[in-house]
Amino acid sequence: MKKAPLYLLEALVLAALVIYLYPFVIVLINSAKDSFSVTQYPMALPDDWGQLFVNMQTIWTSPSIRYSSSFFSSVFITAMSLVVVTFFPAQAAWVLVRTKTRTSQVIFLLFVAALVIPFQIVMFPLISWFRTIFEITGLRLLRTYFGMILAYLGFGLSLSVFMYHGFIKNIPYELEEAAIIDGSSMPGVFYRIIFPLLTPVHATIGILHGMWIWNDFLLPLLVLGKGNRIQTLPLAVANFAGAYVKQWDLILTSILMAMIPVLVFFFIAQKRIIKGMVAGSIK
Amino acid sequence: MDKFHKNSLTFWAFLAPVLFAFLMVVVIPFFVGAFYSLTDWNATARAGNSLNFVGLKNFTDSFRDPSFIYSFLFTTIYTVLNVIVINVVAIAVALAVTSKLRFRNVYRMGFFIPYLIGGLILGYLWQFIFNNAIPSIGEHIAALRALADPNNLVLSKIPTAMMALVIVGSWQYAGYIMMIYVAAIEGVPQELYEAARIDGAGSWMQFRSITVPMIAQAFTITMFLTMVNSFKQFDVNYSLTAGGPATMFMDKSIFGTELLAMNIYNTAFVGNDLAAGQARAVVFFVVIVVFSLVQVTYNKRKEMEM
Repeated sequence: MKKAPLYLLEALVLAALVIYLYPFVIVLINSAKDSFSVTQYPMALPDDWGQLFVNMQTIWTSPSIRYSSSFFSSVFITAMSLVVVTFFPAQAAWVLVRTKTRTSQVIFLLFVAALVIPFQIVMFPLISWFRTIFEITGLRLLRTYFGMILAYLGFGLSLSVFMYHGFIKNIPYELEEAAIIDGSSMPGVFYRIIFPLLTPVHATIGILHGMWIWNDFLLPLLVLGKGNRIQTLPLAVANFAGAYVKQWDLILTSILMAMIPVLVFFFIAQKRIIKGMVAGSIK
Repeated sequence: MDKFHKNSLTFWAFLAPVLFAFLMVVVIPFFVGAFYSLTDWNATARAGNSLNFVGLKNFTDSFRDPSFIYSFLFTTIYTVLNVIVINVVAIAVALAVTSKLRFRNVYRMGFFIPYLIGGLILGYLWQFIFNNAIPSIGEHIAALRALADPNNLVLSKIPTAMMALVIVGSWQYAGYIMMIYVAAIEGVPQELYEAARIDGAGSWMQFRSITVPMIAQAFTITMFLTMVNSFKQFDVNYSLTAGGPATMFMDKSIFGTELLAMNIYNTAFVGNDLAAGQARAVVFFVVIVVFSLVQVTYNKRKEMEM
């Protein structure tokens, strides 16, 4: 009895979606234009799609953008940060759950309290503190992978510990007792029994933190700086778009190329990603 | 459990990496920062030397600085608009994609996509749309000539530039908030609807007395998320308007679209006054803590009612 309105709604939502995603179409068609037609006919289809590959190659090889090295830096920083921001908080959450002392409770509460701390309040002192450490110990934390990954561990661990803690609480303790009776050491219990059970949490945290780290701009801007040896993709795009203000053909190509990895990843694992992100919101 | 009392070595060894990073990146900078906000810290000063204690001067100065007052007001208006637009769009789309539409899963994915891309990159993309794509429509279609007039550029005037920030911020975030509403709507047990139908409730009645209360629960989460995230916006601001155009406020020339996060950043690095930037960051922090406390107590009260 309500067939007609449903078709109408279908058409309406479809039209809305096309408009909603049209900015991505604009990026695509203008990445396949030269610098003249990109500003003259931004809404027109490109004359020659081959230009897309010319532009992409320019972006990939140009020494002023250093896109390829930024891409690998982004991959490396994201991957390494995800390893540490899942592994270390998982083992920390486990001992915090299984140790029923006041110390353990206080430490957990501190981690949770830190969830509200906005990056802005620690960013300036963080930079000067990292510099002070270098002056005292010679350990370089600014402009290095190590400092960047340490910073992501520091800012990501609160959410990680919180989520692992919630999950581990519901793992029956009998599982561990059985292993202990079988002669397993404490660390052995964690690595062999608990850690594999945490796979769904690893996935959720990996997605939440992965999206954040890959897209993050302000933290790398402060720790790595603009235009230095190591830069992430958002830094590279900002650096390039800032310096070559009028070269929209190449800026849009660099935007397109920065989006591709995320979109590919999304289409492979869309269900998981959406589930993970919604789960993260209800923390 | 007692195994652990004999095993405090495992306890501390397993906590050590996380505690180390937490101290280095969060705890020490947090307290050092709180101290710096009470000093005349600047770019050349280092911890321990040439720092003078100035009390609350940085705070009182900030609250007298036109750029900070303006930025605070601007951020408040931006946050309110953003929260409204995001939630209206998200609820509308969530209702559509939880109905019996044939391609509802495609729509869900589609509206979610902008959220995957970082605000910095999206800001540049929209800058091209506002500065080039939209004016070009005016050049080629006579009826829309006004769009091509350089005086009508969206980013050249404060009210429209604010609108642009809201459009981009909402466009990026609405799909994510929609997903939270979708989860809430789908979490409603189907039996409720069946029971309502048996009792003779029409679809409007079902919507009003079943769907709306369920959305209301998710609303606490989405309100808080959109509020805090709009309030913290930096990336889109940086790449879309970079704070421009300039304007006069309380007899001082300032950035016309500078959100708080950017004002903090600019005060420290452009204005070279780290102590003042840090003081503003402390104010920023206090506002967010207040948001969070309100959210937590509100949730607690709601849980008690249920």
